[in-house]
Amino acid sequence: MEAFLTSLSNANFQWVLVGSLLLGFASGVIGSFVLLKKQSLISDAMAHAALPGVCIMFLIFEVKNVPILLIGAAITSLLATQAIQFIINKSRIKTDAAIGVIISVFFGFGIVLLTYIQQNSSGSQAGLDSFIFGQAASLVKSDVQLISGGAFLLVVITVLLFKEFKLTLFDPQFAKGIGLPVSFLNGLMLFLVVAIVVIGIQMVGVILIAALLITPPLAARYWTENLGIMAILAGIFGAISGVSGAVISTTVVGLPTGPVIVLSASLIFFISLLFGTKNGFLQRRVRGV
Amino acid sequence: MTYTLWILITGCLVGLTCGITGSILVLRKMAMIADAISHTVLLGIVGAFFVTQSLNGLPMLIGAAVVGLLTAFFVETLHRSGVQSDAAIGVVFTSLFALGVVLIAFIGDQVHLDVQHALMGEIAFVPWNTLQIGGESYGPIAVWMLGGVLVLNTLFIAIFYKEIKISTFDPQYAILIGVPVVFIHYLLMAMVSLSTVASFDSVGAILVVAMLIVPGATAYLLTDKFFSVIWMSGAIGILSALIGYGAAVSFNVSIAGSMASATGLLFLLAFLFSPKHGLVFKRQRMTST
Repeated sequence: MEAFLTSLSNANFQWVLVGSLLLGFASGVIGSFVLLKKQSLISDAMAHAALPGVCIMFLIFEVKNVPILLIGAAITSLLATQAIQFIINKSRIKTDAAIGVIISVFFGFGIVLLTYIQQNSSGSQAGLDSFIFGQAASLVKSDVQLISGGAFLLVVITVLLFKEFKLTLFDPQFAKGIGLPVSFLNGLMLFLVVAIVVIGIQMVGVILIAALLITPPLAARYWTENLGIMAILAGIFGAISGVSGAVISTTVVGLPTGPVIVLSASLIFFISLLFGTKNGFLQRRVRGV
Repeated sequence: MTYTLWILITGCLVGLTCGITGSILVLRKMAMIADAISHTVLLGIVGAFFVTQSLNGLPMLIGAAVVGLLTAFFVETLHRSGVQSDAAIGVVFTSLFALGVVLIAFIGDQVHLDVQHALMGEIAFVPWNTLQIGGESYGPIAVWMLGGVLVLNTLFIAIFYKEIKISTFDPQYAILIGVPVVFIHYLLMAMVSLSTVASFDSVGAILVVAMLIVPGATAYLLTDKFFSVIWMSGAIGILSALIGYGAAVSFNVSIAGSMASATGLLFLLAFLFSPKHGLVFKRQRMTST
């Protein structure tokens, strides 16, 4: 407890709190769209595919400059989604196998590059493997500012274009009919997902960041059927998970941040599954009797 | 010399065991369940440690099988209660995997089991960890475990060959003629869990996914026959292990990651040049007609 109070007065820790809060909120909001588009596992593929991008950028520029590494992550993430689409369109491989192939091969290649970097470069690569599970404690102020600013920007974009995104999602024909740029909006949504994955990997890690997009919206789904309320609720759930994960993992030594954040989200999901007012377990029991 | 030989045998056994088991999952459009199980098996291994306080082969296999079956059961239950299947997979495997990682962080200093090892495995240590009976050494434990699981899986496939085949291609008809579809489903899930945990020591939980999904998908691009998909997938698994090992040694990088990349390379070759379903020949046929 004392350790927690001392760290609370630490300026760096305050930044981490703000960052995890905004990151959790943004991923909950954007994840709501991902969930309804049935792209939850594709977002997992994007996250895993970020690893080789980070490593390639490090190999090219030989500095641990976070924005440059994240640009690399975004490029390979986008490449992964395109590759999945391409495999599905051009061969007899089904969606699930296509996602599985891309996840495992991109991640495997990322590990190859990571070990190559560890063997061949001097100490400056330290901390590159914290991209796998995320480590809030090792974030410096500029990292957290990037996470906070980025997450805030993504939420603003989503809120401003909320009605357009919603129409494109539920009734693309009608959206096209009233003159909305549907393919642009779809592309923008893809960009938002890649962006949230990329800015989140430092804190949550490539393996589990997708959970932050999947679990809070799924939990929110047990309380409402209205997309707007669902997105806000998912944002709040995500923010709670982010903050509790950051706090617990910095107070208990040796705990990686990502898994703790995900476990917090899972706990919220479990509670919603049991007590949710829309199709929750207890409610179904009561109705069933 | 024998050192390299043991590593090669281990790699080939992983490729063969995962290849034949995974190919059936690819055909059943359940590739991502394999992905989920190979993550959650980590929790089974940690659980087995908490019960027995040691990292022995048999309790680990049992723990992994239990958690693997639980994963399949949770996904199935959530899906039946109305959650879309991709999100159900996503929320279950990230939760159980996160729990496993957090538990490892607590016991990690007591045992030789850290997250790095669990993810990527360390095939280079396999030849030293040998089975000792009465002072005699009988080869690496990993080879015995993999061999055992391989025999078991082959037996299952041989005994239930017809049932697996029918329920894969026409589940409705299978139910109609009295094939125990649910039993076959969970039998396959158990086989995946066993393959995963047996491979765990050498290639790690994450890269097992590559061996489970990618060779099966590659074989599916090369042939239309059920039996051919199975044996070709095993052969491709072996080939990937050999190529991957060669590349890993010459570039001094992660063996597991390199093997995963090799599966990707073979998939790409089949995707482009498969006589029947490859992109190049399909295009040629289109232009010649």
